[in-house]
Amino acid sequence: MSDAAKVKGAVGRRSSLADYAPTYGAAAALLLLVVANMIFTPNFSDVNNFRNILLQVAPTVLVAVGMTLVIATGGIDLSVGSIMAIASAIGAVTLGSGVGVAILLALFISVVAGTFNGTLISVFRIQPIIVTLALLISGRGVAQVISHGGELIPFDNPTFEYLGKGYVGPFPVQVLVMFIVVAAAIFVMRATAFGRYVAAVGGNEAAARLSGVKVHRTKIAVYAISGLLAGLAGLIETARLGASDAQKVGLNIELDAIAATVVGGTPLTGGRATIVGTLIGALIMQVITTSINMKGYSYAWSLVIKAAIILIAVYIQRPKVA
Amino acid sequence: MDSPLLRMEGITKIFSGVTALDGVDFTLGRGEVHSLIGENGAGKSTLIKIMTGAYRRDGGRMWLEGREVDFRSPEDAQHAGVVAVYQEVNLLAYRTVAENIYLGREPRRFRLIDWKKMNREAGALLARLGLDIDPHATLGSLNIALRQMIAIARGVSLNAKVVVLDEPTSSLTEHEVSILYDVIRRLKAEGVGVVYISHRFDELYAVCDRVTILRDGKLVGTRELAGLERIDLVCLMLGKAREELQKKGATAFEQHELKADEPALLRAENMTRGRKLNHVTVSAGRGEVVGVAGLLGSGRTETARAIFGADRLEEGQVYLEGRLLRLSAPDDAIDAGLAFLSEDRKAEGIIPELSVRENLTLAALPTLTRFGIVSAARQREIVERYMKRLGIKASSAEQKIRELSGGNQQKVLLARWLCKNPKFLLLDEPTRGIDIGAKGEIQALVNELANEGLGVLMISSELEELVEGSSRVLVMRDGQCVAELRGKEISQANIIQAMAEGKAEEKQDSEEKQNPESRIQESE
Repeated sequence: MSDAAKVKGAVGRRSSLADYAPTYGAAAALLLLVVANMIFTPNFSDVNNFRNILLQVAPTVLVAVGMTLVIATGGIDLSVGSIMAIASAIGAVTLGSGVGVAILLALFISVVAGTFNGTLISVFRIQPIIVTLALLISGRGVAQVISHGGELIPFDNPTFEYLGKGYVGPFPVQVLVMFIVVAAAIFVMRATAFGRYVAAVGGNEAAARLSGVKVHRTKIAVYAISGLLAGLAGLIETARLGASDAQKVGLNIELDAIAATVVGGTPLTGGRATIVGTLIGALIMQVITTSINMKGYSYAWSLVIKAAIILIAVYIQRPKVA
Repeated sequence: MDSPLLRMEGITKIFSGVTALDGVDFTLGRGEVHSLIGENGAGKSTLIKIMTGAYRRDGGRMWLEGREVDFRSPEDAQHAGVVAVYQEVNLLAYRTVAENIYLGREPRRFRLIDWKKMNREAGALLARLGLDIDPHATLGSLNIALRQMIAIARGVSLNAKVVVLDEPTSSLTEHEVSILYDVIRRLKAEGVGVVYISHRFDELYAVCDRVTILRDGKLVGTRELAGLERIDLVCLMLGKAREELQKKGATAFEQHELKADEPALLRAENMTRGRKLNHVTVSAGRGEVVGVAGLLGSGRTETARAIFGADRLEEGQVYLEGRLLRLSAPDDAIDAGLAFLSEDRKAEGIIPELSVRENLTLAALPTLTRFGIVSAARQREIVERYMKRLGIKASSAEQKIRELSGGNQQKVLLARWLCKNPKFLLLDEPTRGIDIGAKGEIQALVNELANEGLGVLMISSELEELVEGSSRVLVMRDGQCVAELRGKEISQANIIQAMAEGKAEEKQDSEEKQNPESRIQESE
């Protein structure tokens, strides 16, 4: 067989199995966890339980999708929890001007916060961990100032609360939002030039620049998207609680999001992203928390187990040195 | 007779099956400045690292002042008196000069640091080296040259017998270089042996006594610099016999007329950037392959990068088809129709984790998308066409590029540009490190492209490639164009001659007419 023919037949074929090994590993782990729980944990198989798991995991998944894009460029975003708090506070404070205004304003400010991160990181070349740490610290302060010194702001607005409590048919609104965002992110990474640039910038920034990729613009965009999704997660949390609590909303969510991303098979070094993996990673974490809770063990144990899983996942994915 | 200060014999080093150094001998006398030169991959840095304890050797023996030594670590070598000063100085930016010099062995009094004594001794040491630096100054407040001097002073204070300077002048200005020379002369007078690595011939002849030449991990020879002609030195570095060259070349110096009627496709004028590029002017016509020759560090890569907008220029303009390009980043150059193949495939070419398809289409994505969405059909068409045209061998277009051979990676990177239909190609070492078969294919392709009307600037350290493939050859040295060879002048002998001895042409007056502000003074 000539080489040309071999090449021709091969174009368009799917990637090799090995590329997805970490993600398949995570999927297998999730399946194992679910099956084991269905056998050993009473009531785990209940439909309501599955719905609860999806409800609880939705904000984490939204944040983790943005985190996955950021990590794919070789960066990190620690500020997502604080952006959630800002969005929550703005949403609650401006709810009087109408639900549409409140949501749009909150999301807009979230995008601005992400753009701020991205600009400092790309144009001013400050390390991502420092820039977003600064916003992690200051952002929650800003959120508390917006919410009149950090007091709980309750509201009674069924239209807004629909975002966190409503159903479309049998499906909770926030679970639907989660799936829509996941699907959109998969599409972006697979089919758009932007998705390609994200992976290229993380994979070899110098080469990307010399190939004409607008590196600054790409980096700013991923942080802006991360901000937008964090803002959305913040609004959903707020709607679900029926109140804005700037001190608590999104607290420590950056850690869950990073863990979901890493467990799902996206390497922290960047250059590759698997959105499906991130969804699976987040589900693994949530299933562990839920099952430990249902078994009546202390919550503290789920923290220990989650930490162990993160370490195991990173160990399995470590770069193989020749 | 005295044994030499340092003697290395039959030094061999193997990295995962690849021999980096093969039985190299090296001797350094007391008070000698000994230069170590060679092209990329010659083994200079490996030899230095073995000398200073950073690597363990796999074979050979080493003596310091007649005693056999075996350094297990850089600390070990330092204790014995062998100290390396690298380009990137490893010192503490926020501590004072004196603290840096005595770091780890501060003078004590009652178990506390004796600051007075430390500053006094540091001051005396700096004065001894002829350096006017305040020992109380914070290291970070000094410029890079002075920091390097502090690193040398630290070495001297360790009672260094051998000081290794690895490209010490690469980031220094002319004035700073002269300070360095003074320090080297003082070291020499004190009987210290200095190993000096530099690509600049002027520097070698200015400070060095002897030179050892390495090529492909093997010792070519050691020579006295006094009386050694530059052309012989270049021949040794490149592995050419001088006699053989003289026979072939240097016969007919027939000056070809410039085709003045046709405006150049690309014209880069007066490009200047620090000491790396010094008023370089390049032009190339449609269908022309202009070769660029020069040793490592001659400014050849910098020339291509500057034209492409990858590095900012202090001065100079680039015109394509007579239009001035606004070059703030590579994407401007790409939009204008330029393409640049980097010499460093791994660091600046491939995106290792992405597939052949994704690597191949990276630069062309803007033309393959509608509303940001990549057209799968057009992408497949392009990938298929170019994999076939360049004979790229991969298990499929979805194979990761890092799994391909060097030659196939290079073809993918060429295809990345060709599928954009560029007007001008900048090729930096297009055939380095790839197998013979792929090499011939790429050379043939470059020819074919030029025949189709593209302009090509081809940098190469392989003289055969330049002689056979170019219609004109520019020779660079020390950041300047020192010769331009045409037609029958193009021969290996003439290229080497120019590399060694060519003088920068004086064309200031013609440039000034077009560009009155080009007289901005150079860095002091």
